[in-house]
Amino acid sequence: MTLEYDALVADRGVELAFEVAAGETVALLGPNGSGKSTVLSVISGLLRPDRARVVLDGRVLTELGDSGREVFVAPHDRRVASLAQEPLLFPHLSVLDNVAFGPRSGGSTKSASREAAQHWLAEVGIADLADRRPDQVSGGQAQRAAVARALAAEPRLLLLDEPMAALDVAVTPALRQLLRHVLADRTAIVVTHDVLDALLLADRVIVLEDGRVVERGASTEVLTRPRSAFAARIAGLNLVAGTWRDGAVQAGNGRRIAGEAADPAPADGDPAVAVFSPAAVAVFRSAPGGSPRNAFEVTVTELEPQHGHVRVRAGELSADVTAQSVAELDLAPGVPAVFAVKATEVSVYPT
Amino acid sequence: MTAGDPRTRVGLPGWLLVPAAVGAAFVLLPLVAIVLRTPWGRFVELITSESAREALLLSLRTSSIATVTCVLLGVPMAVVLARTSWRGLGVLRSLVLLPLVLPPVVGGIALLYTFGRRGLLGESFEVLGLQIAFSTTAVVLAQTFVALPFLVVSLEGALRTSGQRYEVIAASLGAGPTTVFRRVTMPLVLPGLVSGTVLAFARALGEFGATITFAGSLEGVTRTLPLEIYLRRETDAQGAVALSLVLVVVAILVIGFARQGRSSV
Repeated sequence: MTLEYDALVADRGVELAFEVAAGETVALLGPNGSGKSTVLSVISGLLRPDRARVVLDGRVLTELGDSGREVFVAPHDRRVASLAQEPLLFPHLSVLDNVAFGPRSGGSTKSASREAAQHWLAEVGIADLADRRPDQVSGGQAQRAAVARALAAEPRLLLLDEPMAALDVAVTPALRQLLRHVLADRTAIVVTHDVLDALLLADRVIVLEDGRVVERGASTEVLTRPRSAFAARIAGLNLVAGTWRDGAVQAGNGRRIAGEAADPAPADGDPAVAVFSPAAVAVFRSAPGGSPRNAFEVTVTELEPQHGHVRVRAGELSADVTAQSVAELDLAPGVPAVFAVKATEVSVYPT
Repeated sequence: MTAGDPRTRVGLPGWLLVPAAVGAAFVLLPLVAIVLRTPWGRFVELITSESAREALLLSLRTSSIATVTCVLLGVPMAVVLARTSWRGLGVLRSLVLLPLVLPPVVGGIALLYTFGRRGLLGESFEVLGLQIAFSTTAVVLAQTFVALPFLVVSLEGALRTSGQRYEVIAASLGAGPTTVFRRVTMPLVLPGLVSGTVLAFARALGEFGATITFAGSLEGVTRTLPLEIYLRRETDAQGAVALSLVLVVVAILVIGFARQGRSSV
């Protein structure tokens, strides 16, 4: 299953092209108004572009403009399901009937649809809520039901528009974990503002600005070494991949990074990634007293002034410090330094 | 949510209460007057007289048919008005809703020149052997004409308020337009449809001007309850009051019903 996208929406100034490979999840990042939602609307058939060619699994969904041939498949006939910020469960149907809606519309019998719905509710872990009304479940449960409903329609492509933006932060990690599981072998596009979503859900990232693609590449690449202004602002994270052992991520180069595992925690020996913000990193010239659990001897490779601070790069790691500290510590490329970060500032995710 | 909470309300200017009370009294006093003047001793006898019963049954029958017609025509109209946009739609909406503000007697004249013997469509109907003016059918047409906009306006409002988000989701799940309409759009605006239908029924039941102009006042054929009351007033004032009270009771029931429909949104 692949998606080819190439479209121009003139009045919104959005013109871009990209592809999504079979089973791949691509994150669309970008500031408000950069064209992310426009792209989703074009794919789902809610918007008629001025020129477009959208092909899903070899089937032309939208073809307008250039060639003489015009194709515009109706939204319900595209097999493209959407998951929005809000769960938008149909308020007049039970949770079960919400999930059964897709199969039922697809022509399945009532009992077959309900059976499929039961299966998907179990898959997202809320089988026991089947008979509830949407106003009788929590926001996180409703969003799980919405995930089940989208999957039950057996879409060829799944569009997720900031699926966790409206949720309570307490339930976000569990839902993210669910989406990771669900998206693992599906073709999907995730619009997000959240670096972690892009990192953990998507294989690749496409950064949009003013209706154009300004950056694209593997998620870890773009998010740790962003080149576009927007990606740099939201990302630029420190990311250390390795194996989870005794409360720390053991990296290949011998570094151990202690951190707090997100729920669900990885098991000992599982692959995991430690993530922390450059702002959480303190820089010293020699090992600080009080021995913080995470102190790494590094060599400064680059100093990069950014608004309000200086980003100190040392190989794969970076730290944000004030210009005054740079002067006091006499930092310059080639100088040895110690990066320290509290374990409480380090989040660990299973990969 | 907080708007209706008395604890969070800001103070009202005290002088406002005086005209508000006068207004409420103005609306309620006439109802009290009817109740006081009702000849309770002869009440049952008056409202069960041959002509009263005939008028009441005719009213209920024609208003019911008119209400069903309003639903059949008004629901599609409301959906088109709320869910499509094209040039001239705004003008068309205003024109279609004209009967709301048009004097009913003018509506009756207009219907007469449309469906009457020498009207726009009347001649075609004549050829088919159908005579509409001054028949029970004319009563239904007159009631439908004045009641239709009530249903359209309240349903269109409900459709606009409920928005299209659920419909978009339903389509993305593979539901075609008819399935979306049947399983999502209509269930979501059901309270609006119920209160619109009830309002249309009430308007049809009370119809007077267009009916008497277009359908006349033939006992048992076109003389609905409001017409009966108007005619009795001359000869049998007590009977007119008693029948009026019947309509007041029906109106109160209707309002209660419409409120219930609305509060379940």
